[in-house]
Amino acid sequence: MNIHEYQGKQLLRQYGVAVSNGIVAFSPEEAVKAAKELGSSVIVVKAQIHAGGRGKAGGVKIAKNLDEVREYAKELLGKVLVTHQTGPEGKEIKRLLIEEGSDIKKEYYVGLVLDRSTSRVTLMGSEEGGMDIEEVAENTPEKLFYEEIDPVVGLTGFQARRMAFNMNIPAKLVNKAAKFMLGLYQVYKEKDASIVEINPLVVTADDNVLALDAKFNFDGNALYRHNDILEMRDYDEEDPKEIEASKYDLSYISLDGNIGCMVNGAGLAMATMDTISYYGGSPANFLDVGGGATAEKVTEAFKIILSDKNVKGIFVNIFGGIMKCDIIAEGVIIAAKELGLEVPLVVRLEGTNVDLGKKLLNESGLNIVAADSMADGAQKIVNLVG
Amino acid sequence: MSVYINKDTKVIVQGITGSTALFHTKQMLEYGTKIVAGVTPGKGGTEVEGVPVFNTVEDAVKATGANVSVIYVPAPFAADAILEAVDAELDMTICITEHIPVLDMVNVKRYMEGKKTRLVGPNCPGVITADECKIGIMPGYINTKGHVGVVSRSGTLTYEAVLQLTDAGIGQSTSVGIGGDPVNGTNFIDVLKEFNDDPDTYAAVMIGEIGGTAEEEAAEWIKANMTKPVIGFIGGQTAPPGKRMGHAGAIISGGQGTAEGKIKAMEAAGMKVAATPSVIGETLIEAIKEAGIYDSCKTH
Repeated sequence: MNIHEYQGKQLLRQYGVAVSNGIVAFSPEEAVKAAKELGSSVIVVKAQIHAGGRGKAGGVKIAKNLDEVREYAKELLGKVLVTHQTGPEGKEIKRLLIEEGSDIKKEYYVGLVLDRSTSRVTLMGSEEGGMDIEEVAENTPEKLFYEEIDPVVGLTGFQARRMAFNMNIPAKLVNKAAKFMLGLYQVYKEKDASIVEINPLVVTADDNVLALDAKFNFDGNALYRHNDILEMRDYDEEDPKEIEASKYDLSYISLDGNIGCMVNGAGLAMATMDTISYYGGSPANFLDVGGGATAEKVTEAFKIILSDKNVKGIFVNIFGGIMKCDIIAEGVIIAAKELGLEVPLVVRLEGTNVDLGKKLLNESGLNIVAADSMADGAQKIVNLVG
Repeated sequence: MSVYINKDTKVIVQGITGSTALFHTKQMLEYGTKIVAGVTPGKGGTEVEGVPVFNTVEDAVKATGANVSVIYVPAPFAADAILEAVDAELDMTICITEHIPVLDMVNVKRYMEGKKTRLVGPNCPGVITADECKIGIMPGYINTKGHVGVVSRSGTLTYEAVLQLTDAGIGQSTSVGIGGDPVNGTNFIDVLKEFNDDPDTYAAVMIGEIGGTAEEEAAEWIKANMTKPVIGFIGGQTAPPGKRMGHAGAIISGGQGTAEGKIKAMEAAGMKVAATPSVIGETLIEAIKEAGIYDSCKTH
């Protein structure tokens, strides 16, 4: 789960990590009020969307007075911002962060991420701030430093100082920078984050070490123990079909194609998309109904697939395993009848009671095309969609 | 022979009184798995499906001499269940549970350093040695005894591959689901080493997916060490970057973990890679024919 920059900064403040003063605003009036409250001579108006690259795309404006704050707020709110991370459709700006300007001397990068090869959280830092960290890793890997964190003791003081020295933070500010990093790890650990990136971290003319931006991503599996984080979820930033799917414990991701897929198991669901593409088709979604799919879940999954107007055909690919194929077939029949199926439907069933399942589909009177294998089903639906 | 588990393996079911665990305990017993004990705190002294229930794993081990456990405990308590299995010095614990917070698993991995127990999973279908021992949630009937090892990050794709092998008359030695999480106990190389050393495994199938670098590392290991043919498949060739595809570990981030990179690494290691999951069986047969071991792999 992602949160907005201003929410990330609220969290950082709670943990004593230095950030600029700022206030969220949902209208030009609120933006002006926030700017007055901050009382700074330079005010930054920042678009709040769940995507990076906002600055380059024109989503960050520097205002010198309250009139400019109002003007920029009017300009940004409601505007669709297209950055390299939003995709071509962009994202509508609905919130702004009104922040006091900082006199920046130099920009740096710090981040915390799980290193899968060591199974440890790793602190990353670089003096190449404000840039895409993947580019730094690619072009100047000698300027990117790592500290592997032992979960028993957490990030230690010496590691944080070593990182600050490696990043060439001015010697007199190393302790401030170390305190910053220790606080950052505290948030990461206590709130079950999966990624925290401060890009840039800045050193200011008045010798402060501040987070100028804050990107947080949280482990969805740990949200049950963090109601405060859950409350920050912004549904406007998510695909409505994905939100609907999550209510029924279905794992759904929208894609650009026109063949709806309903599969059990994440691996099989990915492989089904791949197979459709292999035969020249284009999947409209990833959908894993899970191991214990019931007739009700199958119906809900169908509704979500059919709510996508791009869908011109559906491929159901089930490897029943322990789940019984006749139950899946029943679910498919109920859903198809209830929803009035108008697009071609190809069903491949495998597993326990497969013959019974196929018989039910054949006798349902529905226009269902049976497939013998995943490849057979993929070819059939690709041909039917045309 | 087989790897990890066989007809003598004595199994504890952790969380045995939960509905999923009950269902699969029955299935495992029907398959012939020696389930000697269950553990549910507070239910010690009772019995489930004829299996005695204990309050702790330690009690269960003392009373029954069990050496392996399988965990069906809900995600918020699953990490603790793994720690309990490790503390009881079991040879192996297989964690089926999915949705365990990743930082819980970081702690578990740290605790396991230097300890005896091997962890398989979490978020996995389990391990099966055909006709001998089935531990997990996989359907038993698709497996036939033979000489091909299967290792996979995905449950349903394992079933897909095993069924194709069985249909083609190629039996399996042991199938191991290592799970779809970013932090897990057993990786591809661990299992491939076992297959390499097992005199009854003649060839192997390795099924990976997008995310992380485990497949690339395994491919390098195979190139340097594996004496038996291994074929591969990678799921998620059409997955968009930055989206988690169901499994917590299946995500392309920062340009890392793409299917393309993994397939390249496997091909560079001399492995045949199946273009679609429907031809995993065919691809394996090609490889064992080339290696001149088709006849010895053909079991039925």
